Amino acid sequence: MNSSMRKLLTVITEAALESVLTKDLERLGVHGYTVTDARGKGSRGTRNAAWGESSNIRVEIVCDATVAETIATHLQTRYYDNYAMILFVSDVAVLRPGKF
Amino acid sequence: MSAFDPVLLFFLLGLTAGLLRSELRLPAAVYELVSMLLLLSIGLKGGVELARQPFGALALQALAVMAMGSLLPLVAYPVLRFMGRFPRADAASIAAHYGSVSVATYAVATTYFTSRQIEFEAHMPFLLAVLEIPAILVGIVLARGLSRDIRLGSIAHETLLGKGIVLLVGGLVIGWASGTDGIAPMKPLFFDLFKGILALFLLEMGLITAAQFGSLRRYGLFLVLFGIGMPLFSSVVGIALGYGLGLSLGGTAMLAILAASASYIAVPAAMRISVPEANPTLSLAASLGVTFPFNVLVGIPLYHAMTVKVFALAGG
Repeated sequence: MNSSMRKLLTVITEAALESVLTKDLERLGVHGYTVTDARGKGSRGTRNAAWGESSNIRVEIVCDATVAETIATHLQTRYYDNYAMILFVSDVAVLRPGKF
Repeated sequence: MSAFDPVLLFFLLGLTAGLLRSELRLPAAVYELVSMLLLLSIGLKGGVELARQPFGALALQALAVMAMGSLLPLVAYPVLRFMGRFPRADAASIAAHYGSVSVATYAVATTYFTSRQIEFEAHMPFLLAVLEIPAILVGIVLARGLSRDIRLGSIAHETLLGKGIVLLVGGLVIGWASGTDGIAPMKPLFFDLFKGILALFLLEMGLITAAQFGSLRRYGLFLVLFGIGMPLFSSVVGIALGYGLGLSLGGTAMLAILAASASYIAVPAAMRISVPEANPTLSLAASLGVTFPFNVLVGIPLYHAMTVKVFALAGG
């Protein structure tokens, strides 16, 4: 298998942020992202997705290490204080590196 | 007739199930559909009537209602800021919720009025749509001040193109353009099913309301008192305005209900983006946890009774 390594950045945050966040991502140079509805529990209580205000999204971005770093810094300074948001990075192997 | 309209029993069912931690919940897509149908049928109904109204009278009413929507948050803000000792952003955000309206409360009011054969101006949904916006702008200015650069473009986009406004105004325009005969074929879906749809919607509202009680316990008595006191005050303003505008008794009572209701869809979404440092839990606990149940269970009959009294006194 011919694969190369990229970073997978996963952001879990409030659904209210979706449009602002995706605009930011495009500006920061990502080539694509995947958004899914999510629910769970954290320091800000249960986010059960019962209706708009309490629903969460999970945004996944596969990109190279530099872009991952830029996004992480940007989100941390811009959103961490006021929004429910967590972010984690993992290494993934991709088969078509040109796409990311 | 039982004391409670069956749709309110659905609300109480949801509330009870939520408090007992039942796993009951309306799937998100169903809730979306049900709220879309409510907004569209309210819009359509109002739109048909809009065509019959003289433009001048409508414009005057719209302006007066906008002024009321801007005034109410200005009254609520100092109370929250200085009596409630809330931080500036929180006080401004809660104040904005109370200047705007709740479509669900209006929907419950229409079934209350219809079942008691109380006539009211059928173009009320137009005023409902008009009342939704001004408080949001006032809230943002209260939180941010006028000096700082407020990105008007994105705020306007956020508020005017929120799905509530789009559906309500869209329904109004379609109703206005189609007229009674035009929308007659859609009657089975939008009007005949209205009460059943409202019942499902209120079931979910009960569950959502129950979820607010936890945060209410945390933030205490002041929010509860405010959540009841503010709508009582607003209803008096609404009655005065309705009477001043020469609305019918039913229309005046309806305006009082609109004034008393607090938003929980359009305003929270706008505030979350425009005033992110405001704690959304506080405003939702007040508007959903206290004011919405108070209005639908006690407020609607109360504001109607107050209006009857005012009209009796004024009529001599």
